[in-house]
Amino acid sequence: MDFALTETQHLLQDTANRLVRERYGFEERKKILASPAGSSPELWASFAELGLLGIEIAERFGGSEGGFHDLAVVLDAFGRGLVAEPFVPTVVMGAGLISRAGSEAQKAAILPGVAAGTLKLALAYGERRSRYSLNHVETTAKADGDFYVIDGQKSVVLGGDAADQLIVSARTAGKATDPDGISLFLVERGAAGVAIRGYPTVDGTRAAEVTLTGVRVAKTALLGSEDQGLGLVDYAVDRGIAAMCNEALGVMAALNELTLEYLKTRVQFGRPIGKFQVLQHRMVDMEMALEQAKSMAILAAAHVKDGDPRSRAKAISAAKVQIGKSGQVVGRGAIQLHGGIGMTEEYIAAHFFKRLTAIEICFGDIDHHLARFARS
Amino acid sequence: MDLTYPDEAKSFADEVRAFVREKLPHAIRDKVMNGRELERDDNVAWQRILHARGWATPAWPAEYGGPGWTTLQRHMFAEILSEEGAPAFIPFGQEMLAPVLFAVGSREQQQHFLPRIATLEYWFCQGFSEPGAGSDLASLKTRAVLEGDQWVINGQKMWTSTAQNGTHIFLLARTDPAAPKPQMGISMFIFPLAVPGITVRPIITMDGEHHTNEVFFEDVRVPKDAIIGEPNKGWDYAKLLLGHERTTIARVGQSKRQLKRLKKIAGEEMVDGVPLLETPSFRDKVAALEIELMSLDLSVLRMIAGEGKNAPGNEANMVKIKGSEIQQRVTELLVEAVGPAALPYDRAAMHGAGSEDPIGPDYAGTLAASYFMTRVVTIYGGSNEIQRNILAKSLGL
Repeated sequence: MDFALTETQHLLQDTANRLVRERYGFEERKKILASPAGSSPELWASFAELGLLGIEIAERFGGSEGGFHDLAVVLDAFGRGLVAEPFVPTVVMGAGLISRAGSEAQKAAILPGVAAGTLKLALAYGERRSRYSLNHVETTAKADGDFYVIDGQKSVVLGGDAADQLIVSARTAGKATDPDGISLFLVERGAAGVAIRGYPTVDGTRAAEVTLTGVRVAKTALLGSEDQGLGLVDYAVDRGIAAMCNEALGVMAALNELTLEYLKTRVQFGRPIGKFQVLQHRMVDMEMALEQAKSMAILAAAHVKDGDPRSRAKAISAAKVQIGKSGQVVGRGAIQLHGGIGMTEEYIAAHFFKRLTAIEICFGDIDHHLARFARS
Repeated sequence: MDLTYPDEAKSFADEVRAFVREKLPHAIRDKVMNGRELERDDNVAWQRILHARGWATPAWPAEYGGPGWTTLQRHMFAEILSEEGAPAFIPFGQEMLAPVLFAVGSREQQQHFLPRIATLEYWFCQGFSEPGAGSDLASLKTRAVLEGDQWVINGQKMWTSTAQNGTHIFLLARTDPAAPKPQMGISMFIFPLAVPGITVRPIITMDGEHHTNEVFFEDVRVPKDAIIGEPNKGWDYAKLLLGHERTTIARVGQSKRQLKRLKKIAGEEMVDGVPLLETPSFRDKVAALEIELMSLDLSVLRMIAGEGKNAPGNEANMVKIKGSEIQQRVTELLVEAVGPAALPYDRAAMHGAGSEDPIGPDYAGTLAASYFMTRVVTIYGGSNEIQRNILAKSLGL
């Protein structure tokens, strides 16, 4: 048993924290989010230069072949800085899935680009009627000679508007909710019949509605085996959850620090408001919520590559439940303890709270993961 | 014990409901029902419709133009209006300032202001909180100094909601810095916002909207008779006025409307082929909320009937706490109900008729923003921590 960070992890943590501190202040972030793309190509290029995009990618494809715990420290730093770049969709979910399921040719075509910062990915699995179930896929892919023809609509695709390539789940057999019969396809953003409508989400990150109309992709665009894609989507989404759990740690830690500072400096009735016991207890609850979350985020990271899907599901869902609950305690608590100033867009507390809210919703809320935990 | 409404109350309710259904413009009703932003004109239009019927100021005594209703009638009226999707009253003039004017306003002030408040020709806002004076309101620093026949005002107010729509302000300012207690050196003033030296700066809240403001006063000169009541008695008047805010803050009618909306949405959202409302975990959460609301509803009625054992002020603190917690809980469950469709930020959905091509179901676009904004209800009007302190004191602790 060893919970200490490795030397590499310390290095990555310092690198990511410094980058966020120097290049991604609150005002800088505001400017980036207000730009048409809502993200920063310069920042992304810096991620690549510092090796953050290839942490897990094999050395032969330009990465450094690290583990998920290495990614986790970077995500924590990104949480502290509220980095709103499509890091999770591209690096954690997209590249992680290609590394796991891609053919040698697919890996060679995609992974070096991800590591170098020239290629972004998004996993287009959700649909308007699917809510959180991964097996609800109405989008279809029909074989046509050497091609598949894909038709359907994908909803709230995280990072979808920045992606150069989409990984699309589509039904090659069966009915809309069958677990079997789902396949994954690599689709170029510029392919004929692909329409991407990007928009900001409530926390300032970006997502897209993706409409696919008679999109023809070569047979070689199939990722993994035909009809057997659900397990891969499940894997990619679990990676996304583990990533956001670790990001949430950074968000909560920063928000707790901010709130604690406010309690010590805001004076009402002639003393710092942190002298009032009812506020002290709430602050303590927020700290405990963070510690509980930390334990489960570590657990999630440790189980991402668990070979037993049920044991993986159990750990990941447990972590998602705990992070959801802790996020509520910390987020709502921080706003209440700040009072009016916590309600404003000009102050960063509200932005931490909004990110925690989005993380709670992404990939399934508390009820969804309670049920999955109980089933697994 | 009899928990049924008397017959005359029932016919009163029917009359009010019929009126709202007939006269409330559909466009306004749609906005309220779907949690969209109201424009200034919407509030004014509805106020004028009520005014024409003689119902614009339900809580006012008949001698000042009120309908002369009982407390129960006023409660039923407010609740039916909320349930039917009418805009809430802009409280500052008619619910907060007016009782102060009844009590200590001069004859001239009453005659000039009250009729104009009733029609919203004068839209008041509240100049109380300051950057350094929130929960500790008595520490406020804005100064008013009498120079000849004018008061000269300098300072800064915060959380001045609706000032962008307002025509007038009622303001607390320090007139005697040497008073033995800070509460004893404060006076209350009323005057137009359009006087030289006033700057209104928007505060954008985390829902991305403009509800509230900072207001700066730089050598603002108002006439001597802009003061209400006596100098240095402003704190007492403010207490009278804030007590009023807490009784309306329970928002039972609004929560009933929201609960109905939650059930409708949760009945339409499907989870693995089953309506969300029929899944045990969500159904139980909705039921628990409904029971909380039923309890509050009856508590408010008991309070109105004057049968509670506590002093009226304490009961108001209680319903403020419970009412605000319930309001927040509904918005939490509404966000939960729509799942990933709560994620897109759709500013168009907050305004007008919603976006042309909504990303999720058309009811989803406003829910996250409403959840964010509703965090304020346990903060404003005296935070719930302050309310609990007051209640603790009343228990002798």
